[in-house]
Amino acid sequence: MEPVIRFRSAVALAGGFPVLAGVDLDVAGGDVALLRGSNGAGKTSILRAAAGILRVVSGEAAVLGADLVCDQRAVRRRVGLLGHSSGLYDDLSVTDNVRFSLRAAGAPAGRTGQALEVLGLLGRLADAPVRSLSAGQRRRVALAALVARDPEVWLLDEPHAGLDAEYRDVLDGFIRAAASRGRTVLVASHEAERAEPLANRIVTVAGGVVVGVELVAAQQTPGQQTAASLGVATVVA
Amino acid sequence: MWRDAALVGAKDLRIEYRSRVATTQVAPYAVLVLVLFGFAFDQNHTLLSKVAAGLFWVAVLLSSLLTVQRSCAIESADGARDALRLSGLDPAGIFLGKTLAIMAQLFVLELVLGIGVVVLFGIELRDPALLFCSCVAATVGLAAAGTLYGMIASGLKVRETLLPLLVLPVVAPVLLGATQTWMAALGTASAGTDGWKWLSLVGGFAVIYVAAGTLAFSILVEES
Repeated sequence: MEPVIRFRSAVALAGGFPVLAGVDLDVAGGDVALLRGSNGAGKTSILRAAAGILRVVSGEAAVLGADLVCDQRAVRRRVGLLGHSSGLYDDLSVTDNVRFSLRAAGAPAGRTGQALEVLGLLGRLADAPVRSLSAGQRRRVALAALVARDPEVWLLDEPHAGLDAEYRDVLDGFIRAAASRGRTVLVASHEAERAEPLANRIVTVAGGVVVGVELVAAQQTPGQQTAASLGVATVVA
Repeated sequence: MWRDAALVGAKDLRIEYRSRVATTQVAPYAVLVLVLFGFAFDQNHTLLSKVAAGLFWVAVLLSSLLTVQRSCAIESADGARDALRLSGLDPAGIFLGKTLAIMAQLFVLELVLGIGVVVLFGIELRDPALLFCSCVAATVGLAAAGTLYGMIASGLKVRETLLPLLVLPVVAPVLLGATQTWMAALGTASAGTDGWKWLSLVGGFAVIYVAAGTLAFSILVEES
């Protein structure tokens, strides 16, 4: 079966510097792949290239069958990227931000309320401008937009950063639930003890290339139960 | 494309409504410019009524820079530009949406300034149809050119200072054409000035920049 994410000798430049220097990577549908490596290794660049917002200038790069070397925009509506920046508008409310994100992606805006509820953003927070939120709350809003969209490929860059223990468990539940529905999840994380139990494929990145791939069995954690009890499955169904 | 334009335009207007930057900063700035012109000309009503058209459009032009800068700034904060690219929205739709939102704000501003020049400078509006048409054409041109050059400047660190340098020379034909059209409509133009001919210059500018923005915005969004 054709992998959902397939890179072959993929090279990408940022300011003339090769941030990806010949990446070879295969990730199949339903996989949770963890990208690990030191700062500047190329983890974020792999995620951005897979999202179609970092141009691959040579080699092969295909996501969901779309050739990103020929058309980097082809896959954007089908993937979701949770990056270091939240991508939110400070002056819009939490609800307006999530609703705009869904409408822009062509997803039904009716999922907004459920996503906000699961991430503890209903009540007074729902109408609060994003500029008034803490970093962790902003992260939850960005996560709510991603969960409500439920894209075919989830690209998560340090997804646990800024979240408290409760919502870290919820996030783990989201990742497992997405993978169980056949979604492909690519996670870049420095928090090995948190992210490794989620992954069935651990990819080591260094110097802009993949230097090792390890297949492991993903473990069950209390996070999955927590997320399920909060209604994760119903949000993304 | 039009669905995306409506979505982006509504989003930008909602942001302006919530932030109140347009009403608490841009509009007072525009009125202040007009009042200062009045002081500079020593409240000489004869002189002010003759140059009112030019003063009106200079005030609109300066204020439109603030509106364009604001429109670009909201896409620069906290990775919003990447989120917009990732959303898969049609770049032409993004351009048209942002242009429409700027147009809506400029129309309100022109209404306020129009009242201002009538009250402060004591002018009479003799040809409302010509005045209205010139406002529409000039506003489309200013908004389209501003959005286009705003996107070029927004990828650079010196965008705040670079934007006026890029935009002001480019929109000089709008200032000239709209001023001459208004002078014809107010009866302060020199004999033989055909306001509708000047309007066609402004209209042509608007069409060129709407077409250029619709076609080129895709490249600008990806490369800037």
